[in-house]
Amino acid sequence: MSGSYKDETLKRVSENGSGAKSAMADVISDETIAYVGILAKIDLSPKEKEQAQKDMGEMLDYIDKLNELDTSGVLPASHIFSVGNVFREDIVTNGDGSKEALANAPAKKGGGFAAPKTIG
Amino acid sequence: MSRQYETVIGLEVHVELATKTKIFCGCSTAFGGAPNAHTCPVCTGMPGSLPTLNKKAVEYAVAVGLAAGCEITKDCKFDRKNYFYPDNPQNYQISQLYLPICRNGGIEIETGDGKKKWIGIHEIHMEEDAGKLVHDEQEDCSIVDFNRSGVPLIEIVSRPDMRSAEEVTAYLDKLRLMIRYLGASDCKLQEGSMRADVNLSVRKEGTKELGVRTEMKNLNSFKAIARAIENEKNRQIGLLEAGKGVIQETRRWDDLKEYSYAMRSKEDARDYRYFPDPDLPPVHISDAWIAEIKERQPEFRPEKMLRYQSEYGLPLYDAEILTESRKLADFFEEAAQLCGRPKKVSNWIMGETMRLLKEKEMEPEEIRFSPENLVKLIELQEKGIIHGSVAKEVFEAIFENNADPEAYVEAHGLKSVNDEGTLRSVIAEIVKANPKSVEDYRNGKKKAMGFLVGQTMKTMNGKADPKLVNEILSEVLSE
Amino acid sequence: MSLMSLTATELGRKIQAKEVSVKEAVEAALSAIAAKEETIGSFVTIDEKYAKKRAGEVQKQIRDGTLKSPIAGVPVAIKDNLCTKGIRTTCSSRMLEHFIPSYTAEAVVNLERAGAVLIGKTNMDEFAMGSTTETSYFGVTRNPWNTDYAPGGSSGGSCAAVAAEECSYALGTDTGGSIRQPSAFCGVTGIKPTYGTVSRYGLIAYGSSLDQIGPIAKDVSDCAAVLEVISSWDRKDATSIKRQDLNFTAALLDDVRGMRIGMPKDYFGEGLDDEVKKAVLAAAKILEEKGAVVEEFDLGLVEYAVPAYYVIACAEASSNLARFDGIKYGYRTKEFDGLHQMYQKSRSEGFGQEVKRRILLGSFVLSSGYYDAYYLKALSVKSLIKREFDKAFAKYDVILGPAAPSAAPKIGSSLSNPIRMYLGDVYTVAANLAGLPGIALPCGKNSRNLPIGLQMTGDCFQEKNIIRAAYAYEQARKERRI
Repeated sequence: MSGSYKDETLKRVSENGSGAKSAMADVISDETIAYVGILAKIDLSPKEKEQAQKDMGEMLDYIDKLNELDTSGVLPASHIFSVGNVFREDIVTNGDGSKEALANAPAKKGGGFAAPKTIG
Repeated sequence: MSRQYETVIGLEVHVELATKTKIFCGCSTAFGGAPNAHTCPVCTGMPGSLPTLNKKAVEYAVAVGLAAGCEITKDCKFDRKNYFYPDNPQNYQISQLYLPICRNGGIEIETGDGKKKWIGIHEIHMEEDAGKLVHDEQEDCSIVDFNRSGVPLIEIVSRPDMRSAEEVTAYLDKLRLMIRYLGASDCKLQEGSMRADVNLSVRKEGTKELGVRTEMKNLNSFKAIARAIENEKNRQIGLLEAGKGVIQETRRWDDLKEYSYAMRSKEDARDYRYFPDPDLPPVHISDAWIAEIKERQPEFRPEKMLRYQSEYGLPLYDAEILTESRKLADFFEEAAQLCGRPKKVSNWIMGETMRLLKEKEMEPEEIRFSPENLVKLIELQEKGIIHGSVAKEVFEAIFENNADPEAYVEAHGLKSVNDEGTLRSVIAEIVKANPKSVEDYRNGKKKAMGFLVGQTMKTMNGKADPKLVNEILSEVLSE
Repeated sequence: MSLMSLTATELGRKIQAKEVSVKEAVEAALSAIAAKEETIGSFVTIDEKYAKKRAGEVQKQIRDGTLKSPIAGVPVAIKDNLCTKGIRTTCSSRMLEHFIPSYTAEAVVNLERAGAVLIGKTNMDEFAMGSTTETSYFGVTRNPWNTDYAPGGSSGGSCAAVAAEECSYALGTDTGGSIRQPSAFCGVTGIKPTYGTVSRYGLIAYGSSLDQIGPIAKDVSDCAAVLEVISSWDRKDATSIKRQDLNFTAALLDDVRGMRIGMPKDYFGEGLDDEVKKAVLAAAKILEEKGAVVEEFDLGLVEYAVPAYYVIACAEASSNLARFDGIKYGYRTKEFDGLHQMYQKSRSEGFGQEVKRRILLGSFVLSSGYYDAYYLKALSVKSLIKREFDKAFAKYDVILGPAAPSAAPKIGSSLSNPIRMYLGDVYTVAANLAGLPGIALPCGKNSRNLPIGLQMTGDCFQEKNIIRAAYAYEQARKERRI
């Protein structure tokens, strides 16, 4: 590996910018953006959607770089240190927290948080 | 028509663990309390708060896994299940998808006809409970209370091995008894400390492939479960017979109206984006730790039943009833050891204790009196100090207030009158007042004796030794 | 000379010696803020009343001898993603514009226990997502060296406040370089400690597996002293690590003889600005002259750190930021029809562009069908990157390189091209992926008189190596007036 990684990546970016669409950018369809919007509970304006689609496509195209690496047999590291068994003893340490809990609530009623009606 | 179909059922049983505190914070799990009183930044999902794992919850989960014959996952992890709902304060639930704490177990059930069947357990995983939503009619909104948010749960996922409501009930019964024996939960369906979701599909008899299944939620009693299974089975068969397909979906059971409806929403995709929770390091469960938990496992019902028969010489019937709850069994053993008369103890438990529990709608776990006091009562009886109906009266006082039977008998003047002189004069009165019965007896109607004994006991308010009464009466009548 | 020109520990010594009162120190900070805030914009919230009240309490404890810490009575600014009880904590987001926490972050509790006087909360990129402090809902922060330029980010407010001498030191947070890069841009010194060294309890999470809190100050000595105070094993943070070697100030030795310093060849490739390159190589030369063994080496996988980082950080962020839903706290949209729309509108109006961009990307890489290809892949690459560092640290005590490819960018020049912006993180993100400690400190200025930053990265739990090397370099720099 020589020292031109950044250059190379930037070149890829500018290529994308100048209209050469990448593979992943095509995968990110209107439906994908709508679907991810449902998952994340984020509603975008048509203009934002267009931008998000472009951004996400470019990002994923860039992220696809990871596929250059062979990671078969590599354990995915969800935690960086092999520390385990961090426990708390079963002892009640907290008192009445209702006042603090509700202090920032946009809407409250009868000691609870008021939310728009749920179904079922 | 439905005879041609086979019902295939798998259960997802959620059990609230009996820890004092929540799974990821030091808030109390006690029932009741004002809304949101048992909350802190962690279980209300405040920004910046972090979860810390309750060791006891892990131990309970392992204990249940061992009892259900599962393999314990030596390195287990917690994952986040991401979905938005107001009762879910972080909008992700900490659960276990990739490495659940227990896997590949099962329990044997016995159905009414005495047939035994193995029900496989796919996995048991740990997770946190959600808060409670109460609908407010007045303002047409939902009120969120996080007191239950973060209460530790295990979810016991069975294999699709059950074929009828009866098997489901037997499985739940067995599971419940086992978990109660462990003290890992009180498993009350009505109160929600045990919840069962029913996964059900139907298929033509003889087919191997599974049909499309639905998941039924909101089942709060064994009866509701049985009704929901029957209803859903018929609904699915009806769909198939009409040439329509079953849709894989989650349905909610309404037990009052006895029907279910789909909980679908186009605004939600069932894509939970599980990933390992970066806030919680993995849990390593060593062989030594497993051995330690095994060491603490109680004797379960089947072994207990055998031992009660061999060690205490009880009939199978007694052994069955006494081991229906660990509390009852423990109580029995303590009392039996104190007084050395196991059958007498068993009789009191199976008779009066069960009667009063039923009358007062109480669980054996709610028994408040001590084995010592029951033993004292038995001894009072043995010594002839009290008898029959008086003993029952004293027992009620014990049951109610854990009364000391000796003091109670003393205070209420319930001692049997065994002074011959007094008895003889009472009996003389009775004989005098009932010439007809005396006549009958002397004419060979021996039954009349019973009536005269009864009259005597009544006059004595039960405070007489029936044996002595019998003796004196036969002596007087044969004069 | 203003009291604010002193380093934190210098001021602390004067306070202990009763040459300066805490009240004077706090007033000096507040008057500096009054004079400079309009042009710099380091702060989101300034709590004068609280600072003055604390000044009195702390002074009393210093007088009766109960507070002897080197930072007792010294004014500090706290990044606005660290919860402070009773003082609003916004993450520079509309979402939390009025949010007042019920508790204080553990790192801040540790600081206050040592007598720190909190004067305000500093501006940042919204939810720490950004490299310029331009994504803040409350407006940009300007680089004190030249107000046309950005201070870097996301801890831009904290770094600018230290550089502008509006406070004696500050706390920042670093998920992918958010302490080190703005420290470099603002000509101040900042440390990101080993993951798990400072409790994250009370830090409003961006990428939980990457986030660390660290000090930002005028020099290495201050950073070491503050790090010593904020580090702790906290049972409230399960990822917090019990360490015995937290006496970081013991490493303040002007001696690098025999230290092995490696410079990854890939860090000096063509993406690097020439002036930055020259300054960093000159710094390496100085360390060599002082007796360190400096050599170039091949650090593998450098180019994969940024893509792996964005997958992991965005995935975690998409989940961490799900709690902002308009029900328990934070922004709720005014008009909505039903629960789902309330969620969507509150989040769409409450979050800014960059935050939404990252939440969407994070939701996508975790979604069904893409989890393995993106998220698990990134975690595996993270493992490989950690291995590369393990190999490197078998040979070297310190890895030396630039903190950023260039000096501070002009305000308004970065946000339009996200990937170009993300690539600015090439030198810093790997330390977060591998949990390593890193320090950024000034090593000169460019032709536009903007600071250039040097970065030293150490092996896990080896903060003392980077502190020692950085301190030695700093001494030489003072002597040679670089």
